[in-house]
Amino acid sequence: MATFEIPTPLRPYAGDNSVVTVTGETVAEVLADLLSQYPDLEKHLKDRKGNLRSFVNIYLGDEDIRALDGLDTEVEVEDALVIIPSIAGGLL
Amino acid sequence: MQVLTISKSAMATLKAHATEGFPSEVVGIMAGDSSKNLVSMVKPLINERADTNNRYRVNGLIVHRASQALEAEGFDILGYYHSHPNHPSQYSDYDRDHALPNLSYVIVSVMEGHPETVQSWRLTEDRSQMTEEPVQIV
Repeated sequence: MATFEIPTPLRPYAGDNSVVTVTGETVAEVLADLLSQYPDLEKHLKDRKGNLRSFVNIYLGDEDIRALDGLDTEVEVEDALVIIPSIAGGLL
Repeated sequence: MQVLTISKSAMATLKAHATEGFPSEVVGIMAGDSSKNLVSMVKPLINERADTNNRYRVNGLIVHRASQALEAEGFDILGYYHSHPNHPSQYSDYDRDHALPNLSYVIVSVMEGHPETVQSWRLTEDRSQMTEEPVQIV
């Protein structure tokens, strides 16, 4: 089964787990599985339109999925995915 | 109410970084002991948007690796700091949109090159606002 590593500040919304086992054949499917297990994560990972927030990055190994096929990137059974937030902000 | 405690040396490093980076925004990691909500050291990062005076951004992998190195030394990550050049230390909507809960976001106001007010903000779970967390220096 593939796994998702959860960043520390979001672990309280993932049952205090650092790693969650997920099923699916694409990043979109494993992400949907993660959010079905832990719905409270959704508002922090996705914006109101349902898109991944701009500062939320999903890595498959060392690759940002945006540099692969995005949410259509295929996921193998033993793959380890990691959610890695950028930090950003500032005055408007 | 929870208080964020920052050591004098960490605050001195933070303010020196903010002064040095003026008029651009600076950014860094705050590390220490999460059980005491104590920041005992700060790790300056390179702002990828230092070409502007009103944005900061640091690539996730860089933050991740710097955080892992700090954790390997026994530090917990308590949050991040950034500066507001010639602007109050009040968070902006853009700050709130890019924040995560369960972290402290410290903003230092730098007026004409001089660090002035320092405030710490935490995102509410519903993401609607950030609430101020008192800061004490020890």
